[in-house]
Amino acid sequence: MKTYTRKQRELKKNLVGWLLVAPSLIFMTCFTVWPIFRSIYLSLTKYRMGMAKPEWIGFENYINLFHSGLFWKVMGNTLYFALITIVPSMVVGLFLATIVNRKSRLTGFVRTAYFYPVIMPMIAIASIWMFIYMAKNGLWDQLLVSFGQKPMNILSSKKTVLPAMAVMYVWKEAGYLMVFFLSGIQSISEEVNEAARIDGAGAWTIFRRITLPLLAPTFLFVSTIALTNSFKLVDHVVIMTEGAPNNASTLLLYYIYQQGFTNFNYGVSSALTTVMLLLLMIVALPRFLSQDKKIHYN
Amino acid sequence: MKKKKAISAVITVFAVVLGLLWLIPLIWLVGTAFSVPSFHMTLFPTTSFTLDNLKYVWNAIPFGTYYINTLILVVCTFVVQFVTSTMAAYALGVMDFKGSALVFAVIFMQIIIPNDVLITPNFMTLSELKLVDTKIGMMLPFYGSALAIFLLRQHFKSIPKALAEAARIDGATTWQTIWRVYMPCAKPAYLSFAVISVSYHWNNYLWPLIVTNSPANRTLTVGLAIFAKSKEANMQWANVCAAAFIIIIPLLLAFFVAQKQFMSSFVSAGIKE
Repeated sequence: MKTYTRKQRELKKNLVGWLLVAPSLIFMTCFTVWPIFRSIYLSLTKYRMGMAKPEWIGFENYINLFHSGLFWKVMGNTLYFALITIVPSMVVGLFLATIVNRKSRLTGFVRTAYFYPVIMPMIAIASIWMFIYMAKNGLWDQLLVSFGQKPMNILSSKKTVLPAMAVMYVWKEAGYLMVFFLSGIQSISEEVNEAARIDGAGAWTIFRRITLPLLAPTFLFVSTIALTNSFKLVDHVVIMTEGAPNNASTLLLYYIYQQGFTNFNYGVSSALTTVMLLLLMIVALPRFLSQDKKIHYN
Repeated sequence: MKKKKAISAVITVFAVVLGLLWLIPLIWLVGTAFSVPSFHMTLFPTTSFTLDNLKYVWNAIPFGTYYINTLILVVCTFVVQFVTSTMAAYALGVMDFKGSALVFAVIFMQIIIPNDVLITPNFMTLSELKLVDTKIGMMLPFYGSALAIFLLRQHFKSIPKALAEAARIDGATTWQTIWRVYMPCAKPAYLSFAVISVSYHWNNYLWPLIVTNSPANRTLTVGLAIFAKSKEANMQWANVCAAAFIIIIPLLLAFFVAQKQFMSSFVSAGIKE
């Protein structure tokens, strides 16, 4: 039997470790790390389809963007849409979690009913909700007419297009957030609730004084994923409006897509991507900082 | 006590009513997909049952090809992720090798930055590799999965080291230890990841849309989007519903059968601690 010195064994272990992570690391580097740096670099260049290679222009793309009304409109839309989707979907998600957190024969059915939109593709959902929102013939406008109201043509109005999409989004997302809240609620020990009950606390007091504060980490986590999801999902814009009316429903990722794949303006698309990366990092920051204390990656 | 029971009953009724409300879009979709088209949209079908809508869209759209493409995409992506992530998770969770902090940094980057926002630079990489409009191009960015590595690593770490030691003393190599000790113990983690990966790729749209430009490579979601936006589909809600039904049904059935497994998978994939 061959014997190795300690140093040789150490070396072998490191080598095996690196060989084992190599495939994952190569793919992650090529398609996550490298494109991040590439976006930052290309955002400082003029680069359109047909040009042989990118041409360095410094911050011109950013300056042009910051001076364009459309960019600010898109940023406004993106943040507005995030706000009107994540707040209601968290509230509804928490609410659903509290009503399905009980032993009843119907619980299984109810949970299924709230969760199934999560596993449906947004493309299918948006195609279906199109008909709900469609002018005149759509279900919503018919409902309005039957109540003696005027039809709204909800997707063609600047004011209603994003809220309409948000309603659909909350319907899809609330069940997803529900399961996180449910697991958070279930991890609170029954003894704590019991002790409060003995002290004479009612259900509402227990919810407000015990459940909610103990759910703080879940809230932080859920708001991060909800925010990230609202930034990264634009399938419904492609199907329902393509940004209409007058860019009132253009979200940042859709704008990136338009610049890159309709206008073939890779420089501007990269500058927008860089803005998006910055947004995502800001979103992840609180989670990273709070995790830092609890989690030790090594 | 009586009051408590009454409150509980009220909550149950409310939960059920809300659940039915949540089901309306699905009920409408299925009802419309299977009934004779009418000029007047109604919440519940009023015309008679038919399979014509389904037959029509199945012939109008090359759904057969799209189904096969989507299956290939979903299965191949998962198989590769299975292998690469198992290896990486073992190295990061069980071995203590120098420089692993760097790998964690890359993993963290992928967790906070979803692939979807990097469409522009990734498309360039793909065209440089001459992989535009190929199935492999659609899968490549997902072969290294931070999520899978993380899930498996958590599980691997909870497996007692003594088991691995025992295998080693019996003369098992690293491969054999992974294959015989760690993988069998981590079945729940693999199952969770399978659910997440399959539903993600079955439903994914933007990246496949960008990569593909021929029917031979398109996926179901891309096919549905093209149909839903075509002139043909304008006002033809029965056909759009039928097409949507075709693409949602496999996952939906799986979900109805294994509802608990799906929900717990989604919970465990939300990396908490």
